[in-house]
Amino acid sequence: MRAGTDLIVIGGGLHGLSAALQSARRGLRVVLLEGAFTGRHASGATAAGVRSLNRAVEELPLSLEAQAQWEDMIALVGDDCGFHAGGQVQVAMDTEAEARIKARIARLEAAGMRHEQWIGPDRLTELVPVMQPGALGAAYVARDGSADPHRTIRAFRAACLDAGVEILENHPVTWLARDGSLWTVVAGGTTHVAPTVVNAAGAWGRQIAKLAGDPLDVGIKNSMMIVTERCEPCLGPVISAQNRKLSFKQTADGTFLIGGGVQGRLRPGGGSASVDFGALSGAMSTTLALFPWVADLRLVRAWAGMEAATADLLPVIGPSHRAPGLIHVFGFSGHGFQLVPSVGRVIADLAETGRTRTELSAFDPGRLATNRKAA
Amino acid sequence: MMIFDVAIIGAGPAGMQAACDLRRRDLSVVVLDEQPAPGGQIWRGVERNCQPGSHLAQGLGAEYRQGADVARSFRASGADYRPLSRVWQIEESSKEAMAQGWQVFVTRESQAEVIEARRILLANGAQERPVPFPGWTRPGVLTVGAAQILLKSGGLLPEGPVWICGAGPLPLLYAHQLRKLGGQIAGFLDTAPRDTLRRGLPHLNGALRDWKSLAKGLGWQAGMRLSGLRRETGVTQLRAEGGDRLERIRWQTPEGEKSATAGVLLIHEGLVPSVHPTLSLQCEHAWSDAQQSLRPVLDPWGETTRSGLFVAGDAAGIDGAKAALAKGALAAIGIARSLGVLSDARARHARVAGDRALSKARAARPLLDSLYPAPEGKIGDDTIVCRCEELTAGQIRAAARRGAADPDRVKAETRAGMGPCQGRQCGYTIARLIAEAHDMPRADVGFHNIRPPLKPVTLGELASLGKTKA
Ligand SMILES: Cc1cc2nc3c(=O)[nH]c(=O)nc-3n(C[C@H](O)[C@H](O)[C@H](O)COP(=O)(O)OP(=O)(O)OC[C@H]3O[C@@H](n4cnc5c(N)ncnc54)[C@H](O)[C@@H]3O)c2cc1C
Ligand SMILES: Cc1cc2nc3c(=O)[nH]c(=O)nc-3n(C[C@H](O)[C@H](O)[C@H](O)COP(=O)(O)OP(=O)(O)OC[C@H]3O[C@@H](n4cnc5c(N)ncnc54)[C@H](O)[C@@H]3O)c2cc1C
Repeated sequence: MRAGTDLIVIGGGLHGLSAALQSARRGLRVVLLEGAFTGRHASGATAAGVRSLNRAVEELPLSLEAQAQWEDMIALVGDDCGFHAGGQVQVAMDTEAEARIKARIARLEAAGMRHEQWIGPDRLTELVPVMQPGALGAAYVARDGSADPHRTIRAFRAACLDAGVEILENHPVTWLARDGSLWTVVAGGTTHVAPTVVNAAGAWGRQIAKLAGDPLDVGIKNSMMIVTERCEPCLGPVISAQNRKLSFKQTADGTFLIGGGVQGRLRPGGGSASVDFGALSGAMSTTLALFPWVADLRLVRAWAGMEAATADLLPVIGPSHRAPGLIHVFGFSGHGFQLVPSVGRVIADLAETGRTRTELSAFDPGRLATNRKAA
Repeated sequence: MMIFDVAIIGAGPAGMQAACDLRRRDLSVVVLDEQPAPGGQIWRGVERNCQPGSHLAQGLGAEYRQGADVARSFRASGADYRPLSRVWQIEESSKEAMAQGWQVFVTRESQAEVIEARRILLANGAQERPVPFPGWTRPGVLTVGAAQILLKSGGLLPEGPVWICGAGPLPLLYAHQLRKLGGQIAGFLDTAPRDTLRRGLPHLNGALRDWKSLAKGLGWQAGMRLSGLRRETGVTQLRAEGGDRLERIRWQTPEGEKSATAGVLLIHEGLVPSVHPTLSLQCEHAWSDAQQSLRPVLDPWGETTRSGLFVAGDAAGIDGAKAALAKGALAAIGIARSLGVLSDARARHARVAGDRALSKARAARPLLDSLYPAPEGKIGDDTIVCRCEELTAGQIRAAARRGAADPDRVKAETRAGMGPCQGRQCGYTIARLIAEAHDMPRADVGFHNIRPPLKPVTLGELASLGKTKA
């Protein structure tokens, strides 16, 4: 048993690491318990798009804060994490898509947010010369881009260790309970005690919530990705399309990453996800319509990554109502990578003082609470 | 869509034997193989090479020529044989309508297709064990297996005299075949430890049950001696030097360092089962100390820990072609039993002969494994281990020491094994370096997760799934 711990973080994905790091920087003594190894799940499987474009309005304050942090990652973790502001483009392939994008941009402007702009076909061709002409235009955020996920994990992990976070890998949490003002957490044969616990267990966040006596109604997503062989650099921005399942970008080493939320399958036992090639095949049509030349590229790897997803696709961020001292931070529903630096700041606020200046009502765990017996 | 009773992947000895036996029980069988014709590794190109007038048949030997008969029976078996068909993914069907079934994703002539079957037999064979050494990625260095493939599929002999370096039956066989066909060998560098007698003796008695194979091997060795070929034994620390191409090789023997100019170097350090399909399907595997490789855990009927998925031939453990035939026959009995066309009692009766054949075919294996162990020399920090991402042993060692002894962690951290070969070239070496860094038994390290596809497939082919060609 360890005495003197202020904060126990469950889960060594990027959200757990970011929360641990920023809490430790404020002087808290932090232990991070990771069931496998840091970045084993969503954070290692991610497309790592750094995107404020087409975010839910509720997430935008956190997203815009994060956008500025990504531009100065060296200040936070001593490395730029491979972030490259190549821009994000959301293409309108038909008039309905165009109308939707324009309506969204108008709504954002009405609320005083001008990060998205509409660009016409000519500007689009200029930005993305390798794309088939014919699109009607696109939404564009120049400051968005993408990062290198494994480099990001390495940088956050190293920064955590530097800040004094104790990281225990291969330590799956199997039990936790509150006695008086302290939580006792059992993981991989070790026991830890602290007043505050952060649930950053990603796809297993709901299991931790249930163990802690705060069952929440959260589902699972298994998004799939494809990576191709390497090519000459030719594509700057990350491309998505309104109303279509597409995310297409070229990485720094020349490979193309294709995703967009096509769903794989959960493996029996629920411990990992597997690829559904039938579904991937169907989703190739959008990619091929815009970039017909990728047909000749070799697929090098395909995978599926598990992540918790809520009904409203907004994350669960904030103190538990039924388990005092427990802070949830999971359920990013397929778009939590960009939010890593700002959400870590929020969790550190909560861990340190119990309060934060950020409005969290849209992410409140209470909206997903289920009856203890039914859960 | 037609649902086959059985889909067999691989038309080598194991796959062909199983197909013939399953057809005899009137089961519908589809056989997929990426080669243009049946035969597998040992009998690659056997139909063409054994046609009257082909000069290759003689040089390739009697054991090779026997393949023609097996291929003939296979062609006549009524199995739906599909050559030039690359299997790149296998999934268990999610459809509830199928009591139990599998989907096999395959590409033939740029058209991808899903084939459905109630049972799967993986008869996908073995691959050569990759062994990194300084210069192994230099042009001019290739494996004995690759050279033999050129020989069998086009009658191609290597240009100029070749150096052969390694250990095991295959280099001896290839040297023998090459000499008979008029190829030139500059020298044979034997990497097997010199204490042959001490290693081999305990296994000799058992091996005598398969005296024919022993006699054959001794014949190859004697032939080599008689031919006056330069032969070095106890070879270690091989290096392939040069610029853009191989120019010189250097090696160590107990007598000291030696070197020679070289244009082509062929290497071979034994075979390992091709376990990527069973690894990707998350079947249980066991580590074989004798063969320093993984193999799927099978029940006596050849079934993996995933019901409905069977493995036969060298993919189940390196035992050679005769054993592959026997394993194919046994798996066919197991599959017929699991499909309910053969009662348990009849199946048990039917397998007696097969068990006997298999045990005889395996008799010499412990001797071979002890004579030709996997190399254990230290891999230098500068040696490239992962060719796809160009990572050295030093980089892998450093990553291995930084955290838990988990190949997936090392892979995520270094990208080793993420390239097009999916760790076929580096997986075992990385696991070995992790075991070394953490001072733990190799068996406890495991292998990194295998992500699809099993074979290259283009995005266009992927998109063509389910759409028939215009
Ligand atoms: C294929 C894919 C593509 C994506 N693309 C993007 C994108 O382009 N842009 C974007 O913004 N977002 C994207 N996302 C989402 C983003 O990657 C995730 O929101 C983010 O990585 C979630 O981080 P996390 O730390 O919450 O979860 P995870 O990284 O999953 O971390 C949770 C950790 O908890 C551990 N754990 C589980 N149970 C226990 C236990 N009992 N005890 C201890 N530890 C435990 C797990 O092992 C895991 O390491 C994508 C996600 C996927 C899957
Ligand atoms: C390069 C090489 C050369 C060899 N040469 C000899 C030799 O000359 N003499 C000898 O005695 N032994 C040789 N062997 C040893 C050989 O493994 C066995 O003797 C014997 O061929 C094993 O029979 P099998 O049926 O298990 O597999 P194999 O004969 O290896 O047959 C497997 C078949 O599966 C096919 N296949 C594998 N994966 C896929 C896929 N994903 N999609 C479609 N098709 C696939 C392959 O094309 C191959 O035809 C060689 C092995 C190798 C690797």
